[in-house]
Amino acid sequence: MAAFEPVLLRNRGVEQSTTLKVYESRGGYQGVRKALKQTPDEVVEEVKNANLRGRGGAGFPAGVKWSFLPKDRTRTLLCVNADESEPPTFCNRILMETDPHQLIEGTIIAGFATQSQTAYIYLRVEFHEQFHIVQKAVEEAYAAGYLGKKIFGSEYSLDIYVHRGAGAYVCGEETGLIESLEGKRGWPRIKPPFPAVEGLFGQPTVVNNVETLSCLPHILERGAEWFTSIGPDHSAGPKLFCVSGPVKNPGCYEGPMTISVRDLIERNDLGGGMRDGKKVKCVLPGGVSMGALSVDELDMKLDFADPRNYGLLGLGTAAAVVIDESVDMRMVLQNLARFYGTESCGQCTQCREGTSWMYKIATRIASGAGRISDLDLLLETARNMGMMPGYSICGLPDGATYPIETIIKKFRPELEASINAQAPGKAEALFTVLN
Amino acid sequence: MSWITVNRNEPAIDPNAPPILSAALCEKIRSLFPRYDTKRAVLLPALHMVQDGLGHIPWQAMKEIADILEIHPSDVIDTISFYTHFWTHPKGMKVITACRSVSCETMGGVAVLLELKKQLGIGEHETTPDGRFSLVTEECLAGCDHAPCLLINEKLHRCVKVEDVGRILADDNNDRISQKRSDLFDAPAGDSKSKDVSGLESTSDVAEMKASE
Repeated sequence: MAAFEPVLLRNRGVEQSTTLKVYESRGGYQGVRKALKQTPDEVVEEVKNANLRGRGGAGFPAGVKWSFLPKDRTRTLLCVNADESEPPTFCNRILMETDPHQLIEGTIIAGFATQSQTAYIYLRVEFHEQFHIVQKAVEEAYAAGYLGKKIFGSEYSLDIYVHRGAGAYVCGEETGLIESLEGKRGWPRIKPPFPAVEGLFGQPTVVNNVETLSCLPHILERGAEWFTSIGPDHSAGPKLFCVSGPVKNPGCYEGPMTISVRDLIERNDLGGGMRDGKKVKCVLPGGVSMGALSVDELDMKLDFADPRNYGLLGLGTAAAVVIDESVDMRMVLQNLARFYGTESCGQCTQCREGTSWMYKIATRIASGAGRISDLDLLLETARNMGMMPGYSICGLPDGATYPIETIIKKFRPELEASINAQAPGKAEALFTVLN
Repeated sequence: MSWITVNRNEPAIDPNAPPILSAALCEKIRSLFPRYDTKRAVLLPALHMVQDGLGHIPWQAMKEIADILEIHPSDVIDTISFYTHFWTHPKGMKVITACRSVSCETMGGVAVLLELKKQLGIGEHETTPDGRFSLVTEECLAGCDHAPCLLINEKLHRCVKVEDVGRILADDNNDRISQKRSDLFDAPAGDSKSKDVSGLESTSDVAEMKASE
């Protein structure tokens, strides 16, 4: 395969790539100039033709999302979802720290297409350096007249404000993000009404991910046809893939959605193979919420369709974490259960109780006091919590279900062997400690 | 099982105490009003500013923020209690956040956290007696390509090994980022409504509050 020329990451490694001067000298702010000469509907149509699917995890087509806005609206608000908190995802971080102006240009295009006058970049609070980089870039764009009133001599005006979160996973859910922006607890809202009809401050609102918006300048500049020519039909365009864990070159890579998990781990221009001769045991290929793959399933393609064939929830954020053979799967199970137990917002009973019970059961297994029946108990809890779409306010319980279910199903022999090999009397000892 | 009792007979704040937030800070909070439709939306930025200045958000500050935003103090507590970033009691000068995401834990994060606890002599959510460090954990710091990670105030330490912990803790500049700072939440140029308050110097304002503590 010919080497892929990076699109979203083309300015990575360039000196002072975060400055307006360098971004423009490398062809930046051309897409938005082109967009502003068209009508908003034409821009929406172009993005629809490009089949740009949301990069935040759900994969919903961005152009279609925009067209849900009511035609007779008087005001629209745009939120940029930079609350990247799905472990182990970091592609938005890379985008913001290498190319903040690409995000700003994409935001202006999305703002123009949806006729928004105000855009909020909701940045997670742990991104300190990235906050200063993005804020500096916004100020620079204001100073150059690229933001504010009458952008590039058109009639269109847009203000961008950077808004910092305060540490909550669920604020990455679009209605949770909206509630948090309003100064409330980040509790996702019951839908409908969808944000496109009634969102931030009761106004029609669009929430888009950083990576989705970063694709827009390139679609407008080079056209929808170029965009769809990259990758398979259902998964058009360049995509960022993250790989972490004991691989030789952990990091963020860009490519068409034709590569497999094995490529991501082993190809020399990507993960580069395993470190110190370690062997892959398990991969969580799309952020932890999508589920786990065993070593026999590494040929899964990282696109929007194939993960379903392997019992996963979807592509997610395409951030793979590799777990090697030295790691005890009981520990992984406990780590994942703890994550959802801590981050459940607590509104829906089945999620609040289910995630914390899963954590308790997983902790018992991990501490060497588990029973074989605990694995079935975990499966039962998981099934009663997610898997029934529409029974909870947001997707967090579904996301909590998949990794637990897939790990137990795919690694059951190992888990059972560990439980059978436990020292006797551990359960009684643990019981005494806890009481 | 033991119960922790809190004396609620004493009022949480003294109604006659002088205001804890400086006039400049209140003005800075108000300067953000034009950005949002409601005043309540300024709550998170306001809480960030107060915590950056005072180190934590005392009860009286919650009341004063509520007065500025024209909401109930209970609304402020409601929001604060949801987010892990805000402290309602004093914290150490440097907050060490250890990442415990699946990539950090499987790459040796567990040992790093144990070493931190050993060297600092404190557990999670505790502060050293000299008030220098507080230790917390976070689910993911989005630095998985350099696992395991530690965040000290604003600075992200990458690929931390157990043997690095002592050196990192001893370094005075372990919380400084090299990034050129943007004045926190100052209005971008071109926003005319907020121009009159951009003359306030945020850094000296913060220093003043720290000195009066």
